[in-house]
Amino acid sequence: MSREAILKKIKESAREIYSDIIHRKSPKMAFPLRSLQNVKYDPKVGFFELKGRKKSRTLTVNTVKTFAQTLRMIALSKELIATDDIATKREAYYVSKNWGDARFNEQMESDTVMDDVEAFFQVNREQLGFIPEEKGGDVAGKLFIIDEDRNTGKKLKIDCTKFGSGAYSIPIYVEHLQFETDAKFILAIETAGMFQRLVKHNYWKTANCILISMGGVPTRACRRFIRRLSDEKKLPVYVFVDGDPYGIGNIYRTLKVGSGNAAHINEFFCVPNAKFLGITPQDIIDYKLPTHPLKDVDIKRAKDSIKNDPFFNHYPEWKRAINQLLDMGVRAEQQALAKHGLNYVIDVYLPEKLKNPEKFLP
Amino acid sequence: MAKKEAVQMNIFKNSDELQEKEQKEVIKSGTMEQKPRENRKNEVDTAHILAQKQREISISEFFLKNRHLLGFDNPSKALLTTVKEAVDNSLDACEEAGILPEIIVVIRQLAENRFAVSVEDNGPGIVRNQVPKIFGKLLYGSKFHTLKQSRGQQGIGISAAGMYAQLTTGKPIRITSKIRSQSEAHMFEIQIDARKNAPVVLREESVKWENNGIPKTNGTKVEMEIEANYKKGSHSVDGYIFQTALANPHATIIYYPPEGEFVKYERVSETMPIEAKPIKPHPYGVELGIFIKMIHETKARTLRQFLTSEFSRVSPRIAEQIAEGAGLKADYKVSSLTPSQIELLYQAIPKVKIMAPPSNCLSPIGEDLILSALKRQFKADLYYAVTRPPSVYRGNPFLIEAGIAYGGELPSEEPVEIMRFANRVPLLYQQSACAMTRAVISTSWKSYNLQQPKGSLPLGPMVIFIHIASVWVPFTSESKEAVAHYPEILKEIRLALMDCGRQVAMHISRTRRYMDQEKKKSYIEKYIPHIGESLKEILDLNKTEEERINTILKETLEKSRTKIILKEAE
Repeated sequence: MSREAILKKIKESAREIYSDIIHRKSPKMAFPLRSLQNVKYDPKVGFFELKGRKKSRTLTVNTVKTFAQTLRMIALSKELIATDDIATKREAYYVSKNWGDARFNEQMESDTVMDDVEAFFQVNREQLGFIPEEKGGDVAGKLFIIDEDRNTGKKLKIDCTKFGSGAYSIPIYVEHLQFETDAKFILAIETAGMFQRLVKHNYWKTANCILISMGGVPTRACRRFIRRLSDEKKLPVYVFVDGDPYGIGNIYRTLKVGSGNAAHINEFFCVPNAKFLGITPQDIIDYKLPTHPLKDVDIKRAKDSIKNDPFFNHYPEWKRAINQLLDMGVRAEQQALAKHGLNYVIDVYLPEKLKNPEKFLP
Repeated sequence: MAKKEAVQMNIFKNSDELQEKEQKEVIKSGTMEQKPRENRKNEVDTAHILAQKQREISISEFFLKNRHLLGFDNPSKALLTTVKEAVDNSLDACEEAGILPEIIVVIRQLAENRFAVSVEDNGPGIVRNQVPKIFGKLLYGSKFHTLKQSRGQQGIGISAAGMYAQLTTGKPIRITSKIRSQSEAHMFEIQIDARKNAPVVLREESVKWENNGIPKTNGTKVEMEIEANYKKGSHSVDGYIFQTALANPHATIIYYPPEGEFVKYERVSETMPIEAKPIKPHPYGVELGIFIKMIHETKARTLRQFLTSEFSRVSPRIAEQIAEGAGLKADYKVSSLTPSQIELLYQAIPKVKIMAPPSNCLSPIGEDLILSALKRQFKADLYYAVTRPPSVYRGNPFLIEAGIAYGGELPSEEPVEIMRFANRVPLLYQQSACAMTRAVISTSWKSYNLQQPKGSLPLGPMVIFIHIASVWVPFTSESKEAVAHYPEILKEIRLALMDCGRQVAMHISRTRRYMDQEKKKSYIEKYIPHIGESLKEILDLNKTEEERINTILKETLEKSRTKIILKEAE
């Protein structure tokens, strides 16, 4: 959506509220309900879609504070778009300190209101001028990224093989980037530690791939970057995370189909063609990996995944795998492969797995 | 009567023990010094010595050795007991004469642990020749043989204090008293001859009694010097005076503590409390020992006469039923009753249905006066008081009064404060052993919107006032500090507390609703301007349009708020 279109949308909504007030009607704001209960999964679509349930916030004595704060946030967004400026979530929180009684006491509160505004307009918050604080992710391997010089406007061609022991850092905004590559696939990795090992041994060269470190649950920018790269260059995406309910249920699921909380923008911030390389529960057995017992939170998360998550519910393979993990009662980290030698992962595990990508969990 | 006797019997019982102990000591020392051959002669001598000693033991002397029994166990308690005995006497004297009491208590510190105590009243005064006996002889008083709601301990208290003074400082007790019909007051300095339990008058003279140049028409002042320790807080003299003022709203009390400013509790009532009438004991409440004693002392000839004349609620018909129950005729001669017949008679009493004792013998403080007193002494938001109808435990009439002060300046996070009173006398010690405390703990305050940890006092900004009025308050021990756990008494206290609790609950929910509404009101005022300003920024409105938004919003929201309130009220 263009800046003008968003500005128009903001003004239209405000006009509606204004008119309600003048006509002594109670003004209302309706938001899609942001939770797993309000999303559905269809593999043809490829990501979590909203089911259409909405919560509406009518201005009453009880909601007057949140209502005022939401409008304040919209006004800030309008200001940011109009002046072509941006504010981080943290900065927006500090801006609120000028709002007197309507100020936020914790960033948690301002983040929630920001999410509301985002869902209200059904656009991603970057388009509203709000950017996240967190880093996008690291990239190394056979990839040229074409960016532009902020001062001269000249094209910049960044070679992701030339960062030595370092890596290219995914920016917060990735829509303008262009790609050149002859790599065969993208390997998305959970931990910075594993990423470092693969970079150090130039695994991207051996396997002819692009390595991306997600550092836990991937940020929106990271998801969008992988999505665009994968779509435009027709590259398969393999995901390599810890063999535990968090790696499966949170990191992989969010990368592939998005989250319940940000369902209104999942369409753009997910990688529907991602596949799960490992560590699978079966890997734990096949590779005789050292394990840790599942913690109570792990067990709860795994059970929740099978019960409430529309994605896992859709795939019997996943249900089986998660039940298998629950039955074993253990989890295994990526680094557990080091038991068989530090470079076992490069020499044995990844080559063996990559021989049969069709066997990857969906 | 029973009460006094019990104290007396107990003292004698203890002095028997004392004698035994002394006997043993004497025997022990005797055998140690004497050769075995002379044993026989020696025993005879010992017996003589013992005989002499037995005659010489007096109540006064007993006190010297067992002062803890009467509340003089430590220096700070001694100060409290001294003041308490004098003030109780003054209040009783004034009430008996129908005079609204005005009592002045002065405590001065003379040395580190030496204090001068002076208690002055505006009572009727004491006739000159009675003064030495009242203050210089233990167990001498006006209320010796009546069963009547009274402050108690008369007859022992004040002379015991005098004895304590004599024992610790060697100073005599000084009494100044004036009766209205005489032009001058008389002043005595008295010591007690502990062995003879008799007063020794050291000084006696007529004096002019003036306070600040104003001649005193009538009253009594008691002064003594004692070894003591002054502490602040609720278990101290300060607390005693504070609570006495609370339970005696018809009295003005002026208190000069050893440190700091004087305090004046102005009376909140100009009417005297209803006079408590003495009653005869009810058959259900009498103990076997007392019953036997009554039979020996009665002037009645027949059983019927005895039962109807010495007890309340015993008609000739009831007397006949009791006699029948013991297999006796009602005109059986009392003097020929054998001990086993007396016991049968005693056992027959509970089997006969006898009307509850009359309750006009009780003198409650009254709801209005408790309220006024609470208001005078606590800055709170809610005051409530209830006087329960009279009830009976073991044949003794009693009634419970309870009052509360809630909110205001009272500390909100702490356990509630309980102020316990028996016949208008504050109970300062042994709170946890008392039926009143048990009743407070066993009442479910959670249902009245107060926090209450399991098995504890409720928490909150509240003072609970509990008063038991009875012809005989059942204390757990001689020290008269805690009321015994009779089910009837516990039940009455609980009923009174529940009444108070309901008021507190109503008050709390009222306050909460009010605060809620205030909060909502301030919400509207706080946040509406932000809606106006945001819309102004987004839509580039002008000042008038912005103000219009704010005005309309305020009106509509206020309206919806009142709607909600009206709905709640329904």
